[in-house]
Amino acid sequence: MDLLAIIRIAMRALARNKMRSSLTMLGIIIGVGAVIAMVSVGQGAQQQAQQQIAAMGSNMLFVGAGTVTRGGMRMGWGATKTLIYDDMLAILRECPAVQAAAPGSQTAAQVVFGNDNWATQLNGTEPQYFDIRSWPLAEGSSFTQDDVNMAANVAVIGETVRKNLFGATDPIGQTIRINNLPFKVVGALAAKGTSAAMGSDQDDTIIVPITTLQKKITGQDWLRWIMVSAISREASYTAQQQITALLRDRHRIRPGSDDDFMVRNLADMADLADQQAQLFTVLLASIASISLIVGGIGIMNIMLVSVTERTREIGIRMAIGATEGDVQQQFLVEAIVLSLVGGAVGILVGTGASFLITQTLGWPVLVSATAIGAAVIFSMAVGIFFGFYPARKAARLDPIEALRYE
Amino acid sequence: MVTISQPDVSQTTASDHGAVIQVEDVHKYYDLGETRVHALRGVTVSIERGEFVAIMGASGSGKSTFMNIMGCLDKPSSGRYLLEGIEVSQLSKKELAAIRNRKIGFVFQGFNLLSRTTAQENVELPTLYAQVSKEEGQKRAREALELVGLGDRRMHFPSQLSGGQQQRVAVARALVNRPSILLADEPTGNLDSRTSVEIMEVFQKLNDGGLTVVLVTHEADVAQFAKRSIQFRDGKIRRDEPIMNRPLAAEVLKSLPTLED
Repeated sequence: MDLLAIIRIAMRALARNKMRSSLTMLGIIIGVGAVIAMVSVGQGAQQQAQQQIAAMGSNMLFVGAGTVTRGGMRMGWGATKTLIYDDMLAILRECPAVQAAAPGSQTAAQVVFGNDNWATQLNGTEPQYFDIRSWPLAEGSSFTQDDVNMAANVAVIGETVRKNLFGATDPIGQTIRINNLPFKVVGALAAKGTSAAMGSDQDDTIIVPITTLQKKITGQDWLRWIMVSAISREASYTAQQQITALLRDRHRIRPGSDDDFMVRNLADMADLADQQAQLFTVLLASIASISLIVGGIGIMNIMLVSVTERTREIGIRMAIGATEGDVQQQFLVEAIVLSLVGGAVGILVGTGASFLITQTLGWPVLVSATAIGAAVIFSMAVGIFFGFYPARKAARLDPIEALRYE
Repeated sequence: MVTISQPDVSQTTASDHGAVIQVEDVHKYYDLGETRVHALRGVTVSIERGEFVAIMGASGSGKSTFMNIMGCLDKPSSGRYLLEGIEVSQLSKKELAAIRNRKIGFVFQGFNLLSRTTAQENVELPTLYAQVSKEEGQKRAREALELVGLGDRRMHFPSQLSGGQQQRVAVARALVNRPSILLADEPTGNLDSRTSVEIMEVFQKLNDGGLTVVLVTHEADVAQFAKRSIQFRDGKIRRDEPIMNRPLAAEVLKSLPTLED
C-alpha cells in the first residue's frame, strides 16, 4: 500500500470522529504553541540583552571609585576619593591591553530651560568618552579638548533630557541653566535605551567637560569613574587584571586588603546576561515541553480507544489480506497525522501568541525557525512514540477474535 | 512472498480438474489451562476446482474451526493443508495474509462492511493490500459490483443498503482480487428467507462461471443449493455426499412471494 493511500485512510478515519480528533489535537496544539511562544520570548530576551550590551561596547571596562569603611560604616560605591586623574594617565601608559580611557565625575543636577526644569545626572568627562561608549550624537557635535582645557560652559544632552526640556524645539545652540550656571547646548546624543546591565535610563544625562564640573560645580578634584576600552573583546579580561594590579600598586593596597575601587568588565556582564537569558529559555521550553508530553499521552489514550472500537475493522482488514505491518502502519500514521496537524496548528497559535505578547506586553519576541523546526520534529516524535504502542496492539490482534468482536 | 497465479473467474470451468483444497488428517486443539479442547480430530477432504460445497453441522461440531483453517486465518495443530498445491500450514503470518488477499474471498454472516465507506470503496479494500494500481482496483471493484447486480449502488453507504444488498457488496469484495475459492461463513444467517435465496442465486451464478464456492451453514434449506454437502460432528466428517436434484435458486425465487414493504 502506498503512503498516500495510507495517509488518505488515516485522514478519513480521523474525520469520522471530528470532535474527538480535534480535542486530541488540542493537547498537541497547546504543547507546540506553548513551546514556540516560550522559546520566542526567551530568545527575544536573549537577543535584547545581547544588543544592549553590544550597544554599551563589549570591550568596555568600567573603573569606579570604591567603597570605604569609615567608623564601621561602609559608604557605598563612589565614596572614596582615591581615584584620580593620574590613575587614568597611568592606566593609559602602563596597561598594554588598554586602548583608550576617559575620566569621569558626576553629580545630581537640576536643569532649567525656559519654563521647564528637570532633575538629571550630570557627568563630566573628556570628548573620547563618546567613542569609548560608541555613543553617536543625533545632532550637533561633542565638546572639544579645548573646551575641557578652558573649562567651558558647554553641554551635550541625552535623549530623555532633550525630550523633557525641549520637546519639539531644536536644542542646539540653546542655553540651559545647570545649578544656575548657563551652559550652551552643543550636541544631543542618540537614544541608547535602558541598560540591561545597569538597569537605569542611560539617556537621562547631561555630559559636560570634566574640568567645568569639577571646578565650577562640585569643587572636587577626584574621579568617580574611568571609562576604559580594551584593544579587543578578548583583551578586556587582560585589561581588567592589568588595571587592578596597577591601581592596587598605585593606591598602596596591601595584599589581603580590599580594593578601594572596582573594575567591571562589560564582556563579563554580556556573558552573564547571555547565560541568564539562555537559562530562561531552557526553563520556559522545558515547562512548555511537559504540556507537549501530556498532549502525547492524550494521543495514546485516544488511539487505544480507537483500536478497541475498531477491532472488527481490524479483523476485516486482516481477513482480506492486510498484514500485521499494514495494520500497524495504519494506526501509526493516524497518530502521526494527529500530532503533525496539531503541530502545524500549534505553530500558528504559538507564533500568534508570540506576536500578541509583543503587542500587549511590549516584550521583545523572536520567533525562530529553529523553534518551529524543533516543534515539528518534536510533535512527530510524540506521534510516533505515543502511537507505537496502540498500533502494535492493533497489529497483534488475532483476526478470528477480532472478527467475532462485538 | 508467495507468487500466486491469478485464475480468472470467468475462464475457469467446472471441467478444470485438480484439487483446490486438499486437507490431510488435520487436527486442531486449543489448550485452555489444564484441559485441551479438540476442535478437529483428523479431517481429510479434497475439494476440486469448480465445486460448490456446503459444510454443515451444529455449533461446536468444528465446522467454524475448519472454515478458519481453510481461510488461512488459523493454522492446523497437525496435518497438512494444501491450497492449490501450496503447503499453507508452514507459511509465515505475512505470507498467509498474502494468500488471504489473493486466493481467498471471504463472505461473513454479519456482512462486515466498513461503515461510512461507500460500496465501491468497501469493494476496493482488498486491492489496496495487493500490488494493484488504484485505477485497476477501481475498475475491478466496479466490475465486481456489476457482477452482483449493484452497479447502480456503488456510491451508497452500507447504512443505505438492505441486508441482501450489503451481503452482495461483501460478495463483490470477496471477488475483487479474483480468488481461487469463495469462503462463505453463514452468509444467510442475518437474512430473511427470500433474501437468502437471492444470495444463493448469486453463489450459484458465480459457481456456474467456474468459481469454487465453500459455504458453511447450519440451515439445510440453504445447503440444498450446493452440489456437495459435508457434515461435521464432534470435529470429524460424518457424511460427505453429492446433493441430488438441487434446486436452482433462480427458479425458487419465482415461486416465492415478493416481500415488498
